Amino acid sequence: MDVGIVSYGAYVPRYRIRPQEIGKVWGADGDAMGRGLYITQKSVPAPDEDVVTISVEAARNMLLRKPIDPECINALYVGSESHPYAVKPTGTIVAAAIEAVPDLTVADFEFACKAGTAAIQVCMGMVGAGLARYGVAIGADTSQGAPGDPLEYSASAGGAAYLIGTEDIIATINRTMSFTTDTPDFWRREGRSYPSHGGRFTGGPAYFKHVTSCANMLMEAMGTIPEDYDHAVFHQPNGKFPTRMAKMLGFSNGQVETGLLTPFIGNTYSGAVPLGLAAVLDIAKPGDRIFVIAYGSGAGSDGFDITVTDAMDSFDRDAAPKVRDLMERTKEIDYATYAKFRGKILMKEVSI
Amino acid sequence: MAAPRFWREAPSRYNLVATRCGNCGSVSFPPRSFCPKCHRKSVGRMERFRLAGKGSVYTYSVVHEVPSELDMQKPYVIAMIEMDEGAKLTAQVIDVDPKDVHIGMRVRATLRRLGDEGPDGIIHYGYKFVPILN
Ligand SMILES: [Zn+2]
Repeated sequence: MDVGIVSYGAYVPRYRIRPQEIGKVWGADGDAMGRGLYITQKSVPAPDEDVVTISVEAARNMLLRKPIDPECINALYVGSESHPYAVKPTGTIVAAAIEAVPDLTVADFEFACKAGTAAIQVCMGMVGAGLARYGVAIGADTSQGAPGDPLEYSASAGGAAYLIGTEDIIATINRTMSFTTDTPDFWRREGRSYPSHGGRFTGGPAYFKHVTSCANMLMEAMGTIPEDYDHAVFHQPNGKFPTRMAKMLGFSNGQVETGLLTPFIGNTYSGAVPLGLAAVLDIAKPGDRIFVIAYGSGAGSDGFDITVTDAMDSFDRDAAPKVRDLMERTKEIDYATYAKFRGKILMKEVSI
Repeated sequence: MAAPRFWREAPSRYNLVATRCGNCGSVSFPPRSFCPKCHRKSVGRMERFRLAGKGSVYTYSVVHEVPSELDMQKPYVIAMIEMDEGAKLTAQVIDVDPKDVHIGMRVRATLRRLGDEGPDGIIHYGYKFVPILN
């Protein structure tokens, strides 16, 4: 029995800020920062947006493309590192907002930037074992970098939702594999507003080691080489890492460019790989093979080998906005507006 | 607003659940247990259903003097929306420059934060409207 993607939906908030504007405030060379990270702008959520609202918008877009009875959704997981509540699930609000309650199991996942792909894996298990007819897996974040920290140039907001099932699959997930170690490259303690990271340590022993190991494991298990894939999506904390990663593994720029969004929307953390894959599914043809490797600090990588099916031809992709549509619908803001939106200004009374 | 009351109203706030009168067909939002036109004739004949979420701006106002929890969003647009099914409701119109809002503008419902009960309180979510882009 094949398990795979039945539908998907994406959402990216419309506000954007450029690295030049951030650098200007902190006396840094924003141009050089943007070039170094290969980020031209990043998305910023409105003051009334959070992981709940982003997840709901993505899930509703997913259901617009495939209007199944929401009562057939028996599992829903939201992966994020910016859940609005420390205790009280994001997933229950999302499930109620798509009318999937009460006959389903719900949980919030957290594994830095790969909580969304972990949610896809659990949905595959639930659906494959016959415990759920459909599962919904969401990766979404509204991450923040400390003011002036290099992360402030990249940390952005967005998310995507996946309907996982066994019927009318538009893309079969042929295999998923993970590579996990205990690596303290990036963390945030309970109650702290901003994350901490190991600086240069986040590259070599963290991102590159895990993504490479997972990618090689998956290709070995599938008996494939990079040329066998039409598209590849790698986790993208900036524009530079995934581009270098692709080259190291033997993938071409052409294979990664459709799923490389960070240069235009920033690092959406748990939303990054789900959004990159959504951008690929927006244009994929039956028979296309997609290679996906997510990465989450702490640290681990989830890999997926995916084949687009003939059902894609009759799938209503145009029923919801494509990732490129969301990337073009923008409004640029200055640092003062950004600071206000993100709660970086100390107010007399804190609300919303 | 107290948590229990908000919780009871969640289906209409999240999903625009309305009622349609089985006698005259008129649509009420929020849901009602009897029709304001047919009164007794409608009792037991009120059908609950979900509004599709699309409508047009019937009238609107740009608000500059705002309650403190909306300070971050001022000035904002509050509008009376005429839903395609016929019901009218009041909501914020967002993701748009106030000067671009006009009567008749096509909008669709989305879920946003409406506010919270302070940093230790629950967060309220509900509908707001965004322009329908062509
Ligand atoms: Zn009536």
